Amino acid sequence: MNRAPHNRNDLSARREFLRRAMAMSAVPVMGSIAPGLSVLYTGGAAAAAGGTEATTSGADYGRLLILVELKGGNDGLNTLVPFADPAYASLRPRIAQRREDLLHISEREGLHPSLAALQPLWQGGELALIRGVGYPRPNLSHFRSIEIWDTASASEEYLAQGWVARAFAAHAVPRAFAADGVVIGSGEAGPLSGGGRVVTLASTEQFLRQARLATPGRARGSRALEHVLKVEGDIAQAAATLGGGEFLKTQMPEGPFGNAVRNAAQVLAGRGNVAAMRLTLNGFDTHQNQPGIHANLLKQLGDGLSALKGALVELGRWDSTLVLTYSEFGRRVQENGSNGTDHGTANVHFALGGKVRGGLYGEAPRLDRLEDGNLVHVVDFRSLCATALQRWWRIEPASVLGGRFAQLDLLKV
Amino acid sequence: MMQVGRQLPLGRIANHLAVPLLAVGFAFIALVASANGLAQSRATGRMLAEGPSMAAPMGPADARHLLGRIGMGPTLGEVDAYARLSRGEAVGRLLAEARTAAGAAPPAWVNEPVTPQRSLRDAPVEQRRAFQQQEVSRGFELRAWWLGEMLATASPLTERMTLFWHNHFTSSQQKVRFTQLMYRQNQLLREHALGNFATLLHAVSRDPAMVIYLDNASNRRDKPNENFAREVMELFTLGEGHYGETDIREAARAFTGWSIDPETAAFRWRPFIHDTGEKIVLGRRGNFDGDAVLDILLEQPQAAQWIIGKLWREFVAPDFDRVDDRAEVARIARVFRDSRYDIRVALRELLLSEAFWADDNRATLVKSPVDFVVGTLRQFDVRVSDAMPFALVTAGLGQNLFSPPNVKGWPGGEAWINSATLLSRKQFVERLFRGDEMRRAGAGAEPGMADGEMREGVRREGAGQAGPAAQFRARLRRVADETRFDGTTWFRRLEDSSPVAGMKNTTRVSQDLLLERFVLAGAPANAVPEGVVGRERLRMLTLDPAYQLK
Repeated sequence: MNRAPHNRNDLSARREFLRRAMAMSAVPVMGSIAPGLSVLYTGGAAAAAGGTEATTSGADYGRLLILVELKGGNDGLNTLVPFADPAYASLRPRIAQRREDLLHISEREGLHPSLAALQPLWQGGELALIRGVGYPRPNLSHFRSIEIWDTASASEEYLAQGWVARAFAAHAVPRAFAADGVVIGSGEAGPLSGGGRVVTLASTEQFLRQARLATPGRARGSRALEHVLKVEGDIAQAAATLGGGEFLKTQMPEGPFGNAVRNAAQVLAGRGNVAAMRLTLNGFDTHQNQPGIHANLLKQLGDGLSALKGALVELGRWDSTLVLTYSEFGRRVQENGSNGTDHGTANVHFALGGKVRGGLYGEAPRLDRLEDGNLVHVVDFRSLCATALQRWWRIEPASVLGGRFAQLDLLKV
Repeated sequence: MMQVGRQLPLGRIANHLAVPLLAVGFAFIALVASANGLAQSRATGRMLAEGPSMAAPMGPADARHLLGRIGMGPTLGEVDAYARLSRGEAVGRLLAEARTAAGAAPPAWVNEPVTPQRSLRDAPVEQRRAFQQQEVSRGFELRAWWLGEMLATASPLTERMTLFWHNHFTSSQQKVRFTQLMYRQNQLLREHALGNFATLLHAVSRDPAMVIYLDNASNRRDKPNENFAREVMELFTLGEGHYGETDIREAARAFTGWSIDPETAAFRWRPFIHDTGEKIVLGRRGNFDGDAVLDILLEQPQAAQWIIGKLWREFVAPDFDRVDDRAEVARIARVFRDSRYDIRVALRELLLSEAFWADDNRATLVKSPVDFVVGTLRQFDVRVSDAMPFALVTAGLGQNLFSPPNVKGWPGGEAWINSATLLSRKQFVERLFRGDEMRRAGAGAEPGMADGEMREGVRREGAGQAGPAAQFRARLRRVADETRFDGTTWFRRLEDSSPVAGMKNTTRVSQDLLLERFVLAGAPANAVPEGVVGRERLRMLTLDPAYQLK
């Protein structure tokens, strides 16, 4: 279902967007960005940026993109299980999921039982499952492969900046936004790294409490000093308007991912806006004793995503949010000798949101056509980036991604 | 009570000095002169500070730079003592006096035999849970022990290099589980920290914690596991781009049979699961075993280049992109290789390189959480009876000892500083200098980044109302209550230290500047107003962005 590039550069949509962007930024926002310093944002976003022609032009950052990283390399074959393929059970005699335990979503495939919380989303047509996502000449190193994903580079191409950061650099997020992006649950910014106003936090409440300690300044010095100064400034601005809003009724699950979702919801509950968020769930590098570990991780993921929907609905943001999962790679088709799986290639990923066109995308894994024991990808992950850029943010993707990638028709916008 | 900040036998060092006092005075004059703004010219200041040759005393500015980079936070006493040495003497002394064992006694359980895996697997669930609980709390004790060693050590370079290797040959308690094995690996890293890299590589590859961490225990002829083979090339010796996927698969076959004993967790060679067939690794063909593959890796000139590049980023500057720097790294790599991987030789070359002392390279490295926490406590002579809460603080700041985020270790550099970690760092010094009790110092660990297990561990520990959890909380509270910055004593010691004592009659402004230069590695981003003195001045200096740098 890898559709042709969606070539709509349609002017009416662009105008409509611009109109909305102007309406949004015409509201003066008073924010105290540092103790004793109040800033009045008004008029066009570019004007507030104070000089540089920040072309928010094409971009609709009123639409939020939440990236969920499944760190370590999620085992897609045990996430969306091709149970009808006899090769599945025979290549995984110890760790195969039993057909009767699965949440069947088609005649041939079923979700891992720990993902039960996602069933209502699937039934409601708000969950897309994109199969066979990967890239040509896959790299099996965690670090290199996640770098490829984060920067949306080709396998042998080294880029310094994350793909979302590149989008922000080309099409600036309005200065009136509290931050370009918020990263929760990881010290690394991934696709948001390498520029932009990115705030990292572990607890929204604590962030707001401590923000008074920020001491922005204008000194020049080493690259390291400039980095520290930038972080000081980003804190001061973000703390002015993020969070502190309404109390949410949605029950948040226990555990690190539930916490990340809770903090994300708290960030969004304030009056400040952000364009992107990244949440991380750690621990998918299941070389050993995979079944119990993986079941626990998927439960955290399913319950967390379901709670995220609950919070976004409460906040009135579900229809203006797109959630995408990603991971450095899938895992080897054949289980290893340690009741686990080694690094692999193509993988299944989730897209969810009020505007997502639910269903199956890509193609079911071909276990009879492996390369070095690994799956062959059918959807380049940069197609997902291109889809998010063009159809969600209304940004022309080719310049950000350095090439054209077929987009997926998974959004109802 | 550990006493932090007075570890150096100052008198002894001073007595051994055959340095003309005049030269020492000269260096102080240089510092004072530039502090007074009289010697604005960098060249002049440098000439005065450096003296005519490497044999002249380097003075407090250089001493502070050296100690900030190779030590665990420069203390007043250390700066005082090292200022009298020449650069060459200082580096020589640091390398010669580096110890190979920790001074602090480890927890008693480190020598207990490990619980056999098999008995654990078959044990009832309560017993397995009890084991898990035990390992979590032992993990805290182990972190406390190491951090305490860093605080109190008379050989800070040893601890810095042990930490460097911990971040190079990573293993994590989260996977290894048996805390004794993490201790023993730490001992191994310390023993060879300034020894021979080839010896260390061979030893750590058979280290039980490593064998478990990178799954070599389950690397068998019939089912090879590539984890160790990949990381030994990508991270431990060569770096990406210097081997192929085939090399990994072949090398993995060579490492089959390197396993551990299920009863004792000692390294065990299991010939019957070793792949005896021929392998081709990096163009070499033969019936290799693991040691043979490690030797092939060590034969690659890239191995020395890889290690020196990493040491450069640890000690000298964040990168070596400049042509001169690249050439210098290549030169030192050749010397290192020619020495057959003598780590002391590498360090001597690095620390005596022009680049190490260059003004442009000062205050260019970001303090790690360990630098920040241990450095602050040492720099301001804060005495700590129990380091455990501070191990939680470093964990909260992103550096959970014995538990790096993945096999690549902590990314470090600018990545240490994001909005969450920067605010936590500031909160830490704010509490210290505002005179609040550090009661909530442990709470600095709350915001922990990417450190699920530690936080989970704390949460689990903290869940109950009695027993170990209550003891744990009481311990945090007690340390918080007694941890104080003794401003009266510290400022008296500052005034007695020779750079300041030598300028009793100079202006307040230049004394402020000297304080600033002791506290910060570079100029502050925001000037502290004149008239702000004492503790409050320290508080403002440590909140400055420049305090994050070394």
